[in-house]
Amino acid sequence: MQAITPLLSIPAVLLQTRLLTLSGVDIAIVALYFLAVLGIGFYLKRFTKTGEDFFLAGREMTAWVAGLSFLAANLGSLELMGWAAAAYQYGILAAHWYWIGAIPAMLFLAIVMIPFYYISKTHSVPGYLKLRFGEPARALSAISFGAMTVLMSGINMYSMALVMKVVLGWDINFSIWVSSITVAVYVGLGGLLSAIFNEVLQFVLIWLGALLISIIGLIETGGWNGMVARIHQNWPGGDYTHLWRTLGSFQDNPMGIHWVGIVFGLGAVISMGYWTTDFLVVQRVISAKDLRSAKLAPIIGAAFKMCVPFIVILPGLLGLAVLPEHLTGEAQAVATGGHSYNEVLPIMLARYCGPGLLGLGITALIAGFMSGMAGNVSAFATVWTYDIYRAMIRKNATDDHYVRIGRWCTILGVLVSIGTAYLVMSFLSIMDYVQALFSFFIAPLFGTVLLGMLWKRASPAGGFWGLLAGTLSSIGMYTWVKLDPSAIRYVALSPAAKDMAENMFRALWSGIICGVVTVVVSLATRPLPEKALAGLVYGCTEIPSEGHLALYQRPIFWAGVVAAAFLVLQVIFW
Amino acid sequence: MHRQGMVTIWFFIGVLLLAYGLLILGAALFESPSAHPVVLSELHAGIWWGALLIVLGGIYTFKFLPGKGK
Repeated sequence: MQAITPLLSIPAVLLQTRLLTLSGVDIAIVALYFLAVLGIGFYLKRFTKTGEDFFLAGREMTAWVAGLSFLAANLGSLELMGWAAAAYQYGILAAHWYWIGAIPAMLFLAIVMIPFYYISKTHSVPGYLKLRFGEPARALSAISFGAMTVLMSGINMYSMALVMKVVLGWDINFSIWVSSITVAVYVGLGGLLSAIFNEVLQFVLIWLGALLISIIGLIETGGWNGMVARIHQNWPGGDYTHLWRTLGSFQDNPMGIHWVGIVFGLGAVISMGYWTTDFLVVQRVISAKDLRSAKLAPIIGAAFKMCVPFIVILPGLLGLAVLPEHLTGEAQAVATGGHSYNEVLPIMLARYCGPGLLGLGITALIAGFMSGMAGNVSAFATVWTYDIYRAMIRKNATDDHYVRIGRWCTILGVLVSIGTAYLVMSFLSIMDYVQALFSFFIAPLFGTVLLGMLWKRASPAGGFWGLLAGTLSSIGMYTWVKLDPSAIRYVALSPAAKDMAENMFRALWSGIICGVVTVVVSLATRPLPEKALAGLVYGCTEIPSEGHLALYQRPIFWAGVVAAAFLVLQVIFW
Repeated sequence: MHRQGMVTIWFFIGVLLLAYGLLILGAALFESPSAHPVVLSELHAGIWWGALLIVLGGIYTFKFLPGKGK
């Protein structure tokens, strides 16, 4: 769910220059941020004694803390810069990744899936698969998740260091080592508790650092209507401000995508897969103190997620309206000596923010990066300790031993991430493959977990073979299009489809294949007895009633409010 | 987050925002605008954003002060 590929293609020529220069007060603000996150890590070490503390933050987070951390773990700085760049390039279409590409999935997680994750008392998503489908399904999911998470963390780290080089002229090695050591220290000391505390802090800083760009930008353009008028004036013929109107045909919009891909590929499969089964985000929710808080957490996250376009997409649109220079793709930026779309957020930051505010904006970017990295590292430590080390290497050690392993895994995860960062630096094309590799597991995993939760008849063999078939088919489609680009007309149903559309349709097909194989194999094999499904599957699990709560205290009520707001936004920006 | 003796995250956030507010307000008042010219500098964004952070930070620091309410 991150738009980091374009940021990695920042050419060497642009590395010779810098966009911003920080003053003394800006540097003080950034330094204070590092001191704060490290101080929190040291402070929380004393509260992190058991495995439950280290890996699940003691399961005592309030709905607000779990909800904000759930969202912050996803809000990497590359997400901020990448989607601001996408908004400049594709207009408001980029908001689909925040709205239909997130809100329905987050609400679905809250209302349908959380009860099973929470009541089963699992410590991870692979842990749930173990309970529901047995060891093979857990092993496949844990190894792929652990490896991919740490690789993605390294790629994020390198991308961030590159951005800091371009924006501030900072040395790449300096950025990589300082930021990763900081994350290793505070997550290693306080585990998930420390990661969550810092994510909430980072969430607040991201908003306060980035919000000002949109506010001053709207003042400059005279509000939304003024901005739209200026965009039409600057970019005649293009439609950058309608969400759905141009999605009737692949050729009518700059993204080269059709509404079927957005609704079914992005909305129904990719986002469902990411938000409901990626342990990086689910871990935050299952750390909540009770079931009601766990259900409310994704709803709170969804309410804020719906607002994120205000600090990410809007600056991109404002860039279209107010920047005298037309930003271009990287190749053209190099040829003309201009700036590329990827730099739109820092350019807007420099446009409106003087000393102090600039430091806050840069702190927001760094906070975004670190929250994303800490999310990856803490999820990695949990899955490797519980689902790989304890399951396959040492089954019956003490709780203390697993906490020690968790701390070492945190450091190991950071070191592997650093290694990946340097590997990517040497072989940039690896980035494309690792990102694709990560996406291979998301859609099929959703199919497997969903059928596991909702269908009693799904058997252990069905779960495993469905997951494997979905993953292999996704890899197969990706390879097919790589070897024969014209195959995109079969995968994405149109020769005019572009990369984004291919991703959406590939996810859709692999999710369908996973579902079909799971059903067919399950019907041909023996299911688990109902007794073994208690707490894991709909129909075999007693979900506590919320009937005694007032309406406004019930998660379903707030899910309805968020869903209504989501629909209103679609109509307003139709 | 009701563990015995643990300072709430909102207190840490309050303190940091308070410090940031003071730094940003100070920079807006005492640094020369010509050092880093920005669009719409007449809005004095640093002053009111710094003040906003001081107010927010102050409220959170005071409301979640460790030991308060014991």
